[in-house]
Amino acid sequence: MEHIEIFNRLRQQFGEEVVLEHVVTGDEAKGFRDPYILLKTESLAEVARFLKDDEALAFDMLHCISGVDWPEYFESVYHLFSFKHRHMATLKVRTSKDDPKVPSVTSVWPAADWHERESYDLVGIRYEGHPDLTRILLPEEWEGHPLRKDYETPTHEHLRELGL
Amino acid sequence: MGALEGKFEDGVIVTSVDALFNWARLSSIWPMTFGLACCAIEMMHTAACRFDLDRFGAGVFRATPRQSDLMIVAGTVTYKMAKRIKLLYDQMPEPRYVIAMGSCAIGGGPYYEHGYHVVKGVDLYIPVDVYVPGCPPHPETLMAGLIELQEKIRQDRVLRRKKTVDAA
Repeated sequence: MEHIEIFNRLRQQFGEEVVLEHVVTGDEAKGFRDPYILLKTESLAEVARFLKDDEALAFDMLHCISGVDWPEYFESVYHLFSFKHRHMATLKVRTSKDDPKVPSVTSVWPAADWHERESYDLVGIRYEGHPDLTRILLPEEWEGHPLRKDYETPTHEHLRELGL
Repeated sequence: MGALEGKFEDGVIVTSVDALFNWARLSSIWPMTFGLACCAIEMMHTAACRFDLDRFGAGVFRATPRQSDLMIVAGTVTYKMAKRIKLLYDQMPEPRYVIAMGSCAIGGGPYYEHGYHVVKGVDLYIPVDVYVPGCPPHPETLMAGLIELQEKIRQDRVLRRKKTVDAA
């Protein structure tokens, strides 16, 4: 299924309240590429369940989850793949800078577990419903989320005070 | 030998305790099997057949700190790892030696300025005997470092050893 068809199917199922936008970058000269579907953040888990269970979509593999720090909001990006139909899809949800939270999709794709922990560790997005949302790469004592643009590198002395 | 020349039967050698102990120690430095990044790849083939670290008696890589004399810190030391390295170092029996291999272990290397997670030199956590520069160092360079360490051991005074200073 083409990416736009996947989008249309989701629209049909959930309406434009939930499935907000289909975005394609590039132009005619260079070729259109990197399409993604923007979703309403609160409905992510519900849509994810449908993407996996629906016969025509059957997204049985979650490739990757990325956390992105934009000036206005945080973004969580999901790359999906279906072994059955050999098609791919990209989902994005946005969340506020002050209280970044996104529903967890670990109940749909168990692979999301460590990806969500990584995104939490480095960007600081909280995935609600995750079974064990703790740091995965940095030590437990660490303060802050280093891939945020406003992150300041701690001094050696400060890290020693934290017990590292 | 001078005055003692020819006073003993054949097969008897006269030497000092220091020289004997140091010779024994420097001739069989057992390193710990332990690598952190790309430097470890260079360390591995320093030990393998082409370069053969065993020529210097240092080819017996042990998988436990309790049987090791030498810790080759081969690679980038992160803050998360530094605590574990300190623990491993503490578990090694004395006399123990440390080679800091490569720019990262010496002083943070390419992560010096923006690597929030990288320790700016492993000597902030454990005492280092020999620094081997390079990114990563050639096997020859690591061997030069090992020979340098052997020279250092040769200077040691076994009977009047100073107490080792605990790092950090």
